Amino acid sequence: MMSFLTELWSQEFMRRALLGGALIGFTNGMLGSFIILRRMSLMADALSHSMLPGLALGIIFFGLNPSGLFLGGLSAAALVAVGAAVLARGSRLKEDTTLAILYTFAFSVGIIILSVNPQQVDLKHYLFGDVLGMDNADLWTSYGVALVVIPAMVLFLRPLLLTIFDSAVARSQGVPVERCQFLIILACVLSMVSSARALGVILMLGLLVTPAAIMNLLTDNFNRMMWGGGIIGVLASVAGLVLSYRFDRVPSGAMIVLVLFVSFLVTWLFSPRYGLLARLRKTRHFHEESLQRWGQRTEPPH
Amino acid sequence: MSHAHSHALKIADLTVSYARIPALHHVAFEVRCGMCVALLGPNGAGKTTLLKTLAGLVQRESGSIHFHGREVRGATPDIAYLPQRGQIDWDFPTTVRGLVEMGRYLRLGWWRSYGEADARAVDAAIATMGLESLQDRQISALSGGQQQRGFLARALAQEAHVLLLDEPFTGLDKPNQDNLKATLRRLRDQGKLLLVSHHDLPSVPEIFDQVIMLNGELIAAGPTAETFTPENIHRAYDTRVFAAVDHGVAV
Repeated sequence: MMSFLTELWSQEFMRRALLGGALIGFTNGMLGSFIILRRMSLMADALSHSMLPGLALGIIFFGLNPSGLFLGGLSAAALVAVGAAVLARGSRLKEDTTLAILYTFAFSVGIIILSVNPQQVDLKHYLFGDVLGMDNADLWTSYGVALVVIPAMVLFLRPLLLTIFDSAVARSQGVPVERCQFLIILACVLSMVSSARALGVILMLGLLVTPAAIMNLLTDNFNRMMWGGGIIGVLASVAGLVLSYRFDRVPSGAMIVLVLFVSFLVTWLFSPRYGLLARLRKTRHFHEESLQRWGQRTEPPH
Repeated sequence: MSHAHSHALKIADLTVSYARIPALHHVAFEVRCGMCVALLGPNGAGKTTLLKTLAGLVQRESGSIHFHGREVRGATPDIAYLPQRGQIDWDFPTTVRGLVEMGRYLRLGWWRSYGEADARAVDAAIATMGLESLQDRQISALSGGQQQRGFLARALAQEAHVLLLDEPFTGLDKPNQDNLKATLRRLRDQGKLLLVSHHDLPSVPEIFDQVIMLNGELIAAGPTAETFTPENIHRAYDTRVFAAVDHGVAV
């Protein structure tokens, strides 16, 4: 075991992947709490898919340079987000509808660009990611995103918390709700762009949402949910990478999401407070209590 | 206490419209801290609109709102809006105490650290609402009445003078209704101004010492004994002031 881990650490590409994976895992896992409590999971999904044409164009114009990918992904997601809002405001359609229309359009543009592109890049790498192919520049991108996103969330935690708890009341209390929502979306897009290389546009949502969902089943404290989500993101990324190295035909992004799902399932079943077993036990307890009382009542008075 | 009673909420010539259809037309009245005021009127009369305007959630078209001599523009921590229960995500990961602590954020701003004085204010608010033994519970593990007291405690921790409540008695059973009545009276006696939209007319004299009757415009405002008369009730409920009500515009 020890020798396996030493061997793992001795490989430069693996060290890079582990560091990058841990950073991406923390940023996404921490941000997930805001996303799921604000019920923005589907919006995040739409934005993640929207990045594909941007990433494709980034590749064509800048080669494999990560700043090109970063700019491409960011601007594609931003265009779709803004476009959906504009289309919804100019008609009776709701924003989730216009978002669905635009993101599938963007995704299809991405597929078309990648298939007619003369440089022949493997579509699979964009859809499902390739953690082991991360280079130093990718690592710097994830450092940069973590350094912006994590402090921003901590600094504005109070207005953000009031916004996601009840935006109407928050507005009545003078919280700049629109700006807070914008900050959450921006942080979400940044974190997803930083995980695009490692997980791909389809799988990245798993790392964003699942750690927070696991913590939501474990705690009633928002701070614990937020930081715990970050820690679960790190652990799952590292475990997924190690497993994918061990079974070397399995892509690492898929392995990370698999680890997350297994952790989620275990929590869903066994969480002491909100797990399925705890729920079943609680129901039985009340039932017994009522039986006891009912039994006492029917006893003849002494 | 007498100082608190001198705080007045003065509304003058208030008009609010949705998509150019007026929901409230030239409403004017004055109420003071230490009053428990019912907002009465049929559906679409503008009760919720008035509360939301006072909370800074709805833009007003004309008119002014003054509290304690100062013009109220947008949101202020002096005024607390209590949401209808349906709009809250009760599964949100927070305890009763966490909920009440949120009230302090507005006094603290975004960065000043939460200190001893804040903890004391939170303790006091929880004690006033009788939630001591429930403070570590997650908010969905409370009854409807307790949830409401949780939000009232948050408004107390916020040190709000004016509490705006939208149909707080809806969906409460008899014991919880009685408890809420007592709570409202207690807050009034502490010098808070309570503005409560209400639709159960028979219980009005028992709970409220002032009424404001609306039907798109102000029908009557004043002490319950003088204002809550059959004639005014008829005027508020049996006439239609604005066509907007007929067109089913949500108010």
